[in-house]
Amino acid sequence: MKQNPQKDDRGQIDSADLHIGPEYAVAERDVAELLTGRVVSGSSLWRDAWRRLLKNKLAVFGLVVVILLALGSLIGPTVIQRTTGYTYDAIPKDASLLKSFPPFRGPDGRFSFAHPMGTDSAGRDILARVLSGGQISLMVALIATLVSLIIGVSYGAIAGYAGGRLDELMMRIVDVLYSLPYVIIVIVLLALLPAKTPTAQLAQLFFALGAVSWLTMARIVRGQIMSLKNQEFVLAARATGVSTPKIIFRHLVPNALGPVIVYATLTIPTVMLSEAFLSFLGLGVRSPRVSWGSLAAEGAQNLAVYPWQLIFPGLTMALMLFSLNFVGDGLRDALDPQARRD
Amino acid sequence: MLRFIIRRVIVIVPMLFIIVSLTWVLVRLAPGNFYSGEKKLAPAVEKNLREKYGLDKPWYVQYGKVLKNIGRFDFGNSLKYEGQSVNQILLRGLPVSATLGITAYLIALLVGITMGTLAALKPNSWLDYASMTLAMLGISIPNFVLGPLLVLLFSLTLFWFPPALWNGFPSKSLVLPALTLSAIYIAYIARLTRSGMLEVMGSDYIRTARAKGLSERQVVTRHALRGGLLPVVSFSGPALAFLITGTVVVERVFALPGLGNYFINACFNRDEPLIIGIVAFIAISVLVFNLLVDISYAFIDPRIRY
Repeated sequence: MKQNPQKDDRGQIDSADLHIGPEYAVAERDVAELLTGRVVSGSSLWRDAWRRLLKNKLAVFGLVVVILLALGSLIGPTVIQRTTGYTYDAIPKDASLLKSFPPFRGPDGRFSFAHPMGTDSAGRDILARVLSGGQISLMVALIATLVSLIIGVSYGAIAGYAGGRLDELMMRIVDVLYSLPYVIIVIVLLALLPAKTPTAQLAQLFFALGAVSWLTMARIVRGQIMSLKNQEFVLAARATGVSTPKIIFRHLVPNALGPVIVYATLTIPTVMLSEAFLSFLGLGVRSPRVSWGSLAAEGAQNLAVYPWQLIFPGLTMALMLFSLNFVGDGLRDALDPQARRD
Repeated sequence: MLRFIIRRVIVIVPMLFIIVSLTWVLVRLAPGNFYSGEKKLAPAVEKNLREKYGLDKPWYVQYGKVLKNIGRFDFGNSLKYEGQSVNQILLRGLPVSATLGITAYLIALLVGITMGTLAALKPNSWLDYASMTLAMLGISIPNFVLGPLLVLLFSLTLFWFPPALWNGFPSKSLVLPALTLSAIYIAYIARLTRSGMLEVMGSDYIRTARAKGLSERQVVTRHALRGGLLPVVSFSGPALAFLITGTVVVERVFALPGLGNYFINACFNRDEPLIIGIVAFIAISVLVFNLLVDISYAFIDPRIRY
């Protein structure tokens, strides 16, 4: 296998590199392991992809920023609480502090490190709120993506493997769902059936977002499975009496993992944006919990007087989305060089 | 072709039925009612209200009425905006949303195609990187952050444009909302154009066009763009659906009296006829538009047959 497909000046991969599909990388290794009896650690598909990813400067930049922001959101709120006592919902006891200070300004109007992003109208530290909001935004995005992944992969794999009438029917349903204005239905759902507790509200959000974002995943997986299912390793599995579900999920799906990972990475920012959109409309994450979307909504209301209330949460979210998109694009180029860049 | 169109038109009816039924069920499952405000109504008043709006009838009668109304394109009267029919509200909100959406999409086509083509003609040049980074920014900055930021800069600091006003089509009040809404489409279209053009520029028919001595400008504008823009055309279908969600946000940010704003308010007010009216209207337009996009493929790319 050639290790570094060279891109020509049009950004396309030399056709000579395309003969080796991802499916062989796994099969080859399996055979090697079978023959030698030990785990072969040759140059795998994943290692090649990783090397290609590291060559892409923008993707590396994105990856670093994503990790930093994720770590910051994960441990930041605790660190801030331990060192300063500020949390996303701690309102200061002193009545003179119950107002919005600009970034890096103390109550006396002079420079201070106490609130690097300022405070909101109730005197709460915006940095703590942005980091806590990041926790919720990331969690919603990850879990909703996972939901869409489970639905999309199972649906696509079953349709692709079954073929024939069933496939026709299942894909027709996807076509139909594609043309539904589902955001409208999600809005109706969330506006009319508000959950009783904040946790239930979050769960509702996961499922609402996950349930509407699995369609493209199903199409991608189906296409992959269809091209894989007539290959020898599937025939071999069938000949040795492996059950159909096991063929689908143990033999076929792992071989389609590249595009699945790429698309899942690209789903995360989309879902994050949808969550923020719904929270902005007052339908997603609700007070006292905060997410980047609900913080931006709050900030947008006080825009004229306290612009920093919008700028910090808004730009943090934009930076996260920007980086996630770069990582997704980079992964696509690395894992799935045949994919169209659009 | 004709058979394809007929089949697709027939499919629209059951889909509309599903969407409307789903919405109706959701409205009915929801606790509370349009009159259940902060004050509790006297039982007699409540009974009268229920009678007036037919809520005392069994569910299948009410559901049947909803379906009949949609069949006649008459969605009844709004519950919240008293004395106004849903159709009147639709007619009032639609021009605002449509003007905003169409202006934004035209801006996006113009800017996006230019950016994408320039990037594709000189791949891996600074122009390419600059326009693709810009496009990525457009995708990453949510419109409800971009809108207020533009307001902060151009309305509250520079005083160039009004922050929240609607004066119809050629007016200053349209600039900021349309720009906000178009940002993400500029980005998508630029990326789609770039990848489409890259693919086409390497193909045989472009080599033929060059070989017969056409100037590079002619090759690009006459031959390459036609094939290279196919992804943009297919994006126009989903774009409408996105555009609708986008207008919901932008109308809220700029307080514009469009359909999106009415829709959100209707959901919060549980204004059943208005919710169903707007959902049905949006669904019909999305379905019809998708059909038109599919038909237009065949005209742009003669290789596509149905």
